[in-house]
Amino acid sequence: MAVLLLGEVTDGKLNLDATSKAVAGAQTLGEVTVLCAGASAADAAGEAAKIEGVAKVLCAEDASLGHRLAEATAALIVSLAGDYSHVVAPATTDAKNILPRVAALLDVMVISDVSGVVDADTFERPVYAGNAIQTVKSADPVKVLTLRTASFEAAATGNDAAPVETVAVPEAPGLSEWVEDHVAASDRPELTSAKRVVSGGRGVGSDENFALIEKLADKLGAAVGASRAAVDSGYAPNDWQVGQTGKVVAPELYIAVGISGAIQHLAGMKDSKIIVAINKDEEAPIFQIADYGLAADLFTAVPELTEKL
Amino acid sequence: MKVLVPVKRVIDYNVKVRVKADGSGVDLANVKMSMNPFDEIAVEEAIRLREAGTASEVVVVSIGVKQAQETLRTGLAMGADRAILIVAAEDVHQDIEPLAVAKLLTAVIAEEEPGLVICGKQAIDNDMNATGQMLAALLGWPQATFASKLELGDGRATVTREVDGGLQTIAVKLPAIVTADLRLNEPRYASLPNIMKAKKKPLVEKTPADYGVDVTPRLEIVKTAEPEGRKAGVMVASVDELVAKLKDEAGVL
Ligand SMILES: Cc1cc2nc3c(=O)[nH]c(=O)nc-3n(C[C@H](O)[C@H](O)[C@H](O)COP(=O)(O)OP(=O)(O)OC[C@H]3O[C@@H](n4cnc5c(N)ncnc54)[C@H](O)[C@@H]3O)c2cc1C
Ligand SMILES: Cc1cc2nc3c(=O)[nH]c(=O)nc-3n(C[C@H](O)[C@H](O)[C@H](O)COP(=O)(O)OP(=O)(O)OC[C@H]3O[C@@H](n4cnc5c(N)ncnc54)[C@H](O)[C@@H]3O)c2cc1C
Repeated sequence: MAVLLLGEVTDGKLNLDATSKAVAGAQTLGEVTVLCAGASAADAAGEAAKIEGVAKVLCAEDASLGHRLAEATAALIVSLAGDYSHVVAPATTDAKNILPRVAALLDVMVISDVSGVVDADTFERPVYAGNAIQTVKSADPVKVLTLRTASFEAAATGNDAAPVETVAVPEAPGLSEWVEDHVAASDRPELTSAKRVVSGGRGVGSDENFALIEKLADKLGAAVGASRAAVDSGYAPNDWQVGQTGKVVAPELYIAVGISGAIQHLAGMKDSKIIVAINKDEEAPIFQIADYGLAADLFTAVPELTEKL
Repeated sequence: MKVLVPVKRVIDYNVKVRVKADGSGVDLANVKMSMNPFDEIAVEEAIRLREAGTASEVVVVSIGVKQAQETLRTGLAMGADRAILIVAAEDVHQDIEPLAVAKLLTAVIAEEEPGLVICGKQAIDNDMNATGQMLAALLGWPQATFASKLELGDGRATVTREVDGGLQTIAVKLPAIVTADLRLNEPRYASLPNIMKAKKKPLVEKTPADYGVDVTPRLEIVKTAEPEGRKAGVMVASVDELVAKLKDEAGVL
């Protein structure tokens, strides 16, 4: 059995955290070959080759692969898939865009957001916003799956580099083109890999007030997250949303401020090691899952906490 | 241009989900069901395109149990023009996999020839986030997933997508598949007169056999379990106590 793993490459750079978590998750499925694709992917391939447990790296470079457009990347994966029993990727938005397309082209089902590998055919995944864990067994000849990064510890990076091979890129279908990216540069840790996360909800009240959350996060060296209500209200950008339909995080410390604790939000953070909730409503459901709850007004509690840390 | 919107009947997002004691699945008997929230957003977007004169007709399609009629009527009450129901399951507990749904939709699309299909990004029951992408693959069409903004013109759709790093804008050739994310729009509520009117709008019923599609699942559900619970911890009285607990007890500072 052999695994083809789509490395997470953005603008030529490897997302080491997501990729090495997927490598760890795929370890028991067979020998892992990582595919790095992009307009430039050689540096990413070189880095992926050092992840422990990687047997081989395939490097595919072509302008059509530059912005991870699903059509071109899926065509590339399908051209390579014949040699593998499993096609996997970390469950990022890129992979969730691409892998179902690959699966349909191979006439197999995709299994999204796998949180546990039972055996080569059997996988666990959360359904109903994490309110149930389903074990599914696939009868398909090739299994196509995305692995939830929050569920796996990253594979280490060693010194022995696996061999890197260049692969041919099929002609791009020319169905789509990239226009632009809006990516806010930030010095903060990335949300899905951060050890600490501070999230703000509707209770924060405004865009300006959200600075309170950011100050606390910066004091802790934490990433900043948000509830859907905070994002919808324009207090925080969309890529900060934590939850069923946003990002799934499992940091050592998660501080929820002015967040009520709707199941859709809990789905994205309830695997955190320690959860702290600050909410002025003692009855807020978030307190039912928090390790430490502080019933207080966030506008006094958060600045005080920032100062005392 | 005709716009097709696949809509799924799912457990209402406010309902507390219960796993059946025998581990065979989630209890859906006598539970409130609604249109998948992302599909409401997709329907809304399609109706706005028709109201703007860009789209000529909005067709909603659902695949599932007979009761999915109600979901289609909701779409019609919001403003869709007609509906197609493919009755593919007899029991609510029987879900149709995205691959089979995509194959059925491919057949519907061959007949209807829409210029655009708007799906939801994911169904909130199985959270698979797959159907739109699979449909695009089977049709050989481009896909623009997780859309928070959609503009049509010159035979192309320009779509802003919610991605991990922020936002990405792409342009796809029409016909295309777009999948709706949360911030594409705020769906309207159907008014009472429109709910009444919807009862008279055309709704045709089909079966998978009409399209020659085999809906046999590829995945077997081995079991469904409750996730590990999380116990409530303690309430602290002050910020000082919180800091002390985090340092001494939790050891995370
Ligand atoms: C299809 C779908 C998908 C969804 N996906 C997500 C998702 O991915 N992530 C997500 O988060 N949500 C998601 N939601 C939304 C979710 O259901 C809730 O609406 C949302 O999480 C609520 O956000 P909130 O807790 O910030 O706001 P609210 O529920 O309004 O809570 C605000 C809280 O702030 C507290 N508060 C107010 N003022 C103060 C103060 N001064 N000091 C302290 N506390 C204060 C209040 O007591 C209250 O508990 C989804 C919903 C749907 C239908
Ligand atoms: C109780 C239960 C039993 C199950 N039993 C089986 C089983 O026996 N065998 C098996 O293999 N799998 C089974 N499944 C799993 C299930 O078939 C798939 O995992 C599921 O379909 C995943 O995709 P999704 O519905 O979340 O669709 P997504 O891909 O997340 O849906 C995205 C979008 O596609 C469109 N769409 C999706 N479905 C439909 C539809 N039916 N009609 C119209 N539009 C639609 C909508 O626009 C929707 O927003 C079962 C699931 C449950 C809950």
